[in-house]
Amino acid sequence: MLIRLFSYMKQYKKYAVLAMICITAEGILELLVPLIMADLVDVGVASGDTAYIYEKGAQMVVCAVIALILGVGSARFAALAGQGLGAELRRAEYEKLQHFSFSNIDHFRTSSLVTRLTSDVTNIQNTVSMGMRPFCRGPVMLVAATGIAFSINHTLAVVFFIALPILAAALFVITMKVRPLYSRMQGAIDTVNRIIQENLTAIRVVKACVRGDHEIAKFEEGNQELRTQSETAFRLAALNMPAMQFVMYGTILGILLYGGELIQIGNMQIGDLTGFLSYVLQILNSLMMISNVFLMMTRSIASGERIMEVIDEKIDITDEQAKDIEVERGDISFEHVWFKYKKDAKEYVLSDINLRIQAGQTVGIIGQTGSAKSTLVQLIPRLYETEQGAVKIDGIPVQEYPMEHLRDAIAMVLQKNTLFSGSLLANLKWGREDASMEEVEEVCRIACVDEFLERLPEGYDTEMGQGGVNVSGGQKQRICIARALLKKPKVLILDDSTSAVDTATERKIRERLAEYLPFMTKIIIAQRISSVRDADQIVILDDGKISDIGTHEELLERSEIYQQIYDSQKEGVEL
Amino acid sequence: MAQYRYDGYKRPKNTKKTLFHLLSYLGHHKWLFLLVGILVFISTGASLMGTYLLKPVINRFIMPGDMKGLVEAVIGMGIMYLCGALATLGYNQLMIKSAQTVVQEIRRDLFVHVQKLPLKYFDAHTHGELMSRFTNDVDTVQEAMNNSFAMIIQSFLTLTGTVVMMMVLSVRLSLIVVVFLVLMFAFIRFNGSRSRKYFQRQQAELGRINGFVEEMMAGQKVEKVFNHEKKDFENFCVLNENLRRESTSALAYTGMQVPTVVSLSYLNYAVSACAGGLFTLAGLMDLGSLASYLVYVRQSAMPLNQFTQQVNLLMTALAGAERIFDLMEAEPEVDEGDVTLCNVKEENGNLAETAERTGCFAWKVPDEKGAGASLVPLKGDVRFEQVVFGYVPEKKILNGISLYAKPGQKIAFVGSTGAGKTTIINLINRFYEIQAGTITYDGIDIRRIKKDDLRHSLAMVIQETHLFTGTIADNIRYGKLDATDEEIREAARIASADSFIRRLPDGYDTMLHSDGSNLSQGQRQLLAIARAAVARPPVLILDEATSSIDTRTERLIEKGMDAIMDGRTVFVIAHRLSTVRNSKAIMVLEQGEIIERGDHESLLEQKGRYYQLYTGQFELE
Repeated sequence: MLIRLFSYMKQYKKYAVLAMICITAEGILELLVPLIMADLVDVGVASGDTAYIYEKGAQMVVCAVIALILGVGSARFAALAGQGLGAELRRAEYEKLQHFSFSNIDHFRTSSLVTRLTSDVTNIQNTVSMGMRPFCRGPVMLVAATGIAFSINHTLAVVFFIALPILAAALFVITMKVRPLYSRMQGAIDTVNRIIQENLTAIRVVKACVRGDHEIAKFEEGNQELRTQSETAFRLAALNMPAMQFVMYGTILGILLYGGELIQIGNMQIGDLTGFLSYVLQILNSLMMISNVFLMMTRSIASGERIMEVIDEKIDITDEQAKDIEVERGDISFEHVWFKYKKDAKEYVLSDINLRIQAGQTVGIIGQTGSAKSTLVQLIPRLYETEQGAVKIDGIPVQEYPMEHLRDAIAMVLQKNTLFSGSLLANLKWGREDASMEEVEEVCRIACVDEFLERLPEGYDTEMGQGGVNVSGGQKQRICIARALLKKPKVLILDDSTSAVDTATERKIRERLAEYLPFMTKIIIAQRISSVRDADQIVILDDGKISDIGTHEELLERSEIYQQIYDSQKEGVEL
Repeated sequence: MAQYRYDGYKRPKNTKKTLFHLLSYLGHHKWLFLLVGILVFISTGASLMGTYLLKPVINRFIMPGDMKGLVEAVIGMGIMYLCGALATLGYNQLMIKSAQTVVQEIRRDLFVHVQKLPLKYFDAHTHGELMSRFTNDVDTVQEAMNNSFAMIIQSFLTLTGTVVMMMVLSVRLSLIVVVFLVLMFAFIRFNGSRSRKYFQRQQAELGRINGFVEEMMAGQKVEKVFNHEKKDFENFCVLNENLRRESTSALAYTGMQVPTVVSLSYLNYAVSACAGGLFTLAGLMDLGSLASYLVYVRQSAMPLNQFTQQVNLLMTALAGAERIFDLMEAEPEVDEGDVTLCNVKEENGNLAETAERTGCFAWKVPDEKGAGASLVPLKGDVRFEQVVFGYVPEKKILNGISLYAKPGQKIAFVGSTGAGKTTIINLINRFYEIQAGTITYDGIDIRRIKKDDLRHSLAMVIQETHLFTGTIADNIRYGKLDATDEEIREAARIASADSFIRRLPDGYDTMLHSDGSNLSQGQRQLLAIARAAVARPPVLILDEATSSIDTRTERLIEKGMDAIMDGRTVFVIAHRLSTVRNSKAIMVLEQGEIIERGDHESLLEQKGRYYQLYTGQFELE
């Protein structure tokens, strides 16, 4: 797990190595300073040699300056390595995300993906940046101090042999036990956050239904659970400190007793005893540091796992079968197509769809809510993959087109459409950066954007804001159509995308589409009969099945559903 | 989420006030905290004394070889150490327990308060901003309470103890240490403010990248359809690199603090050692004192480091706490109503209050004296008289609107976006307060009606459908918490949702996640309507509730709803004229004023704006 995570460090690896070197060197210096000091006191002061004192003092100052340089360097390198790793992880995750199909995204849920891309990565990069120091220093100190302690007196080191395993075992047990507790705590945090998030977005519903108390009760349940889980986890993790103290104090007393006896026998000098004591404390301290790093790592491993889940997700819509071909004309055919969103769902959303659309034709799709109209058209640019049967363009299954070419050739205006922050022009050119101004003006004319363009405060430069708040629903839909046209697609799909446009303008758009782009295949999903009545063929979808196909007149005559829809819209005025 | 932690590293503006507020929470657990304080004192004392006692023990017992004395001294020290370690154990556990309790209380109070805030507040603040109060700010407070509180006391005691010990050993030498401690302190302060600056920049970059990711996730379908992945990836990489640069600086400066202080302490050590050596040579000090003095010098850097670090953390926590308390102090919705809603049944021609669910409701209006109360039957008679309103006072949305909804009628509002249709609805249920005029409901000024009861009497299906995590049945049940399964099915049938629900993998028990993203817009609207249908309210408000539903299904729903709403008032807002055509009264709104009113036929005859809309000569914006 860790090795995999660190393999993402790439070009920042050298900084990690440099940081480790700096930290290690600094650790050694830290061990050196007391030795120089001992010389200064024991030799210099004892013999009254002032020059020697100055010399040793100067050596210590040099050590301090080197330590400063190393310390600043290590901080910089550790930050570079940690943040570099974070950036690389985010990049890898985002890159993978770009290839996700919608069922992949549904698998994780959008909000969870955002967290995995942000706070989980932050967790890891901070652990690396800040944990690097204790992680490297701990072992260095441990090894060096153990060596020195042994060299002072190996009989006394027996005490240390008892203490060390006890502490190590205690810290190990705590770390291991706390790990599942942390993940349970994370789960509780997710629940509480979800409740708050839902409550905030749906505050109008909560208030309108007067469900404040219900929400508070729901929240309290989660809140209580979070408190219980985090208390258990933190309390266990906090045992680290007292455990350390118990062992440390025990060791000091043991050394005093045993050391006293050794001195009694004459096997040891008093000076050695004090020296030994301070090294043993050093060792236990470094163990403590190491265990703290492990606690930190435990939390970030959970994050690491979440990130790797994203990176390891198997993408179900790929270019595997792609050949080097492009869409030539725009004939579309559905051949016995069956589809459902989840493999384990009982019923199919689309069943046995057979449909032929010739290039340049206009096809209307109509049907009641939930009859899978949008689903049907989303199979064409492979937003979802068919379960059985084939969707073919120009007689070739869509899977055999490279995704990029396929989606370039098919422009789709979605039901729930989004404009992005940026100017109107930037939004129009979103699909094709290199479009010329003439081309932009032409598509604006076709989509009737020119009609309100002059009324916008800054014309093409008007800021669309997040979600396009400055334009009305109908204007937004016209912009989206223009944006799609600019791609010069072979196939245009309008998914209920003229619902807010008035019928007169809508007719104008239809006429201009037919006039300017006669060879483009047009598929129109609509609620209004008036939007589809001139189509070459109208498809009626009912419960995921094709109920009938025909022209307006034919359907009016023979299709009951079509008649009902027609009747529900016709009253009052002749359309 | 865009504002995610933007302001996370600022200092609190009014430290004292915030601290007092926070302390008032701790006040619920005064004795616990006092106990924690005592335990910290014992623990620190034991650790300081331990170091101090080493020298006398060595000098007095080990040097002369007094083994019996040594054993006694060790036992004595053992007891002291034991107390110290137990005290550490005790205060750690107690602190976590009380910290978690306090944090839980803060979270609860915050949530309860948020429920009471007026919608105006939610308009002015993004969800991300409010969310960040619950997550980041509460987290920093928790973190500080878990650790900083005890650590600050502890490191302060250790630092003071160490300095005192040094003073005892040699006042003159201690001056050097004091100078260095001041130096270190100054460096820490300086470095702290510098790294805070970078942290703020890092947070801004983080906010930017979060905003980008969220926008892209929201528009993923568009992104895929337009083959825009590569371009977005490039943009992402730029933001990613900016974030990396800023956060590297931030962490590099923070990470510098410990090694720099350690190096300064070496310098301190070197200077002290030289000076001490010279002092000793001059006979101002003995060798033993010098040795133990130097031990203290070595120890003095760590508590200072710890102290400043923890104080910084505490400051961040206080800044977080300040934002939490600001939110808690935000003005809640006003509710001075004393008129309540009750179930009634008819007894010998008179209305009488009853606890049963009769389906008949009345307003219970207290008398002026407050002695008794009269019952006014709920009819759904809503009147606006010269109502003036604007979301911001300078910009009027409604300009002296008067209207009258006859009980039992279906009233429709038609008009452009921004004409004020939804605003009217928001005023009826008092989501917002009017600036002038009056609104009466069955003859009672709505300001006299208790808000909860007012809203209970109105069921609303709003433009944006919001679903909660839970099963389909749970989501419908939101309209009436004690609804039986049969009632839920019935409501779903009325809303034409039954057939699609039954085709879902687990039918009514299908789990919905993150605002029902696996359902289509139309299906979500059907569920929202079912939610209203199960509530069976005296008054129903449909605000663009069927905009994504096809006209044929809409017709079916209309029939079902008409049946259950028979004799009750219904308000309908729609863009689509087929939705409002059957209404008894249709009001055409333009720029906050009613320009036409009448039923479908009479409006068509008028050949005004409605006629233009209907014949497609005019587009609603």
